[in-house]
Amino acid sequence: MLYRATGPSSTRRCIDLTAHAGRVAAAHPERAPRRLPRRLRNARAPGVPRNIGWLYVLPGLVFYGLFTLAPLVHTVYISLFSWDGLTAKTYAGLANYRTAIADHVLLWSFVHSGILILFYSVLPVVVGLALTAALTRHAVRGFRFFRTALFLPQLIAGVVIAQAWSWIYDDNGPLNAALRFIGLGSFVRPWLGDFTWALPSIGGIGTWVTFGLCMVLFVAGVQKIPSTLYDAARVDGAGPFREFYAVTLPGLRGEVLVAFVLTTINALRSFDIVYNTTAGGPGGQTLVPSLYMYQNAFLYNKVGYAAAVATILAAAIFVLAAIMLRFGDRGEPS
Amino acid sequence: MTVGRFERMATYGFLVLFSVVAIYPVLSIFFLALHKKTDLVTGFALPTSLDFSSFKAAWTEGKFATGFKASFIVAATVTVVSAVLSIGTGYAFGTMRFVGDRVVFPIILLGIIFPYEATVIPLYYDFQNVPVLHWNLLNTYWALILPQIGQSVSFGTFWMRAFFRSTPRSLIEAARIDGATSFGVLWRVLIPQALPAVMTMSVLVFTYTWNEFLLALVLVSGSESHQTAPLGLSFFAGAARASDPTKVAAAAVLVAAPILVVYLFLQRHFVRGMLSGAIKE
Repeated sequence: MLYRATGPSSTRRCIDLTAHAGRVAAAHPERAPRRLPRRLRNARAPGVPRNIGWLYVLPGLVFYGLFTLAPLVHTVYISLFSWDGLTAKTYAGLANYRTAIADHVLLWSFVHSGILILFYSVLPVVVGLALTAALTRHAVRGFRFFRTALFLPQLIAGVVIAQAWSWIYDDNGPLNAALRFIGLGSFVRPWLGDFTWALPSIGGIGTWVTFGLCMVLFVAGVQKIPSTLYDAARVDGAGPFREFYAVTLPGLRGEVLVAFVLTTINALRSFDIVYNTTAGGPGGQTLVPSLYMYQNAFLYNKVGYAAAVATILAAAIFVLAAIMLRFGDRGEPS
Repeated sequence: MTVGRFERMATYGFLVLFSVVAIYPVLSIFFLALHKKTDLVTGFALPTSLDFSSFKAAWTEGKFATGFKASFIVAATVTVVSAVLSIGTGYAFGTMRFVGDRVVFPIILLGIIFPYEATVIPLYYDFQNVPVLHWNLLNTYWALILPQIGQSVSFGTFWMRAFFRSTPRSLIEAARIDGATSFGVLWRVLIPQALPAVMTMSVLVFTYTWNEFLLALVLVSGSESHQTAPLGLSFFAGAARASDPTKVAAAAVLVAAPILVVYLFLQRHFVRGMLSGAIKE
């Protein structure tokens, strides 16, 4: 249902029906009229189910299988071994996972990720909805111009974002200058080096990266809500808040869901930005699971354990995405 | 429906404010980069004169000529190959029925949500000594190209399937009745129509590949001549940020520039691609 967004649904439904008819014919060849000559009895409906499809799928599937799927399975396999990456592996069963459960550093890295989700996901969705509420009240001219600006953070490399924000948070950078300017000089600090503020500062970067995406997503979604619903709400005397809760929010259900899935996954894989701003510091205050995985695998030579951390991270992403999609599916009018 | 003048003003005010917030960090390193090394830059760093010397210094000292070459080779190869592969898989899943299609499609979709964090460890060890063949592909372009094709096929399949499903079925049937083979239908009927969708997919895959950092850090950081531009920037920043922030800022602007230029010309494609359920960042 994530790909519902493309194409008008009515045409899609027509296509589905034709495809379905073909499928039925293909699945029940015995239903073909009995009188048919033998050579036609097993014939498919013209042009429908053909195993020639495999010919087109196979090349792509080989690349995907070898370089994405196989490594994914291999990661889980490695996580069952005690291995330094150099000498022979020794089978360790679930020992790495037992270590992981007792590992406070790993636990904290997930707590940090949880806090980052607030900044990467919850905050941008709330801000995006608030602004969308304002935008639904009347047609916005020149939204394409604003869209260009709002979308910009999405396409910049994490390494570049890290450099830009390292400057913004710098001792002499724009943020501290702004604080001094408005008379809040006591708040001036090296943000990314501050024990308490480093993690929220990284969260701020995440909010910046994702809020534009959420806004553009929601504004595009509102335009698909039938204007008759708004007219009806206004005729019934609904104010801006009532209108938002009764019309806009239910209408944006799908978009909000996509935004949550996208931004939460972003928060859980914040490796580029963390590695290039704080590298987990100060004192492990911004350590996130992906960075911890990297350190264990490529700096501490605890490859088996790193694979277990990677597996846990992947499982967390999968479960979160699945829960959100399932949760979003329930009760949605088709 | 009429809405108050104040409300209208407030809306535009919000939009302008948020747009400025979105652009400012990028602008601020550009301003920083326009200073000379000897300038003591503080605060908002509005440049008093245009000085491009830091860009020149960053380009040579950060060895971005090789970084850009590596990034272009990798991103272009991944984009072209995965586009060809995805047109094939998308065509099959979007217009055909075949044994096992219901099982294989969701498995391919899985690749969209899993990050490289989940595959990079075996990729490192298997590229170091490729099973059976005993090649060492670490520190080669292959180490970056192959895994990124694998994962781009996942997004590409999703994207092209959605497109092919939305093309009218009568078009395909008419071509078949006229005697076109399945490849003829794809090549002569569907691909001419699909060009905008292929363009959108390519723009996104190129951007993701250009920006990719973790794979480059793990798989090619041992070879200076294969480092991609983002990896080069990371190393350059680690070595030079304390002593010369203007030069690092210039390097960051250089690395972002190709994508920004493409964005200015093809922004419709970026927005459409990312809004229609591009789950990958």
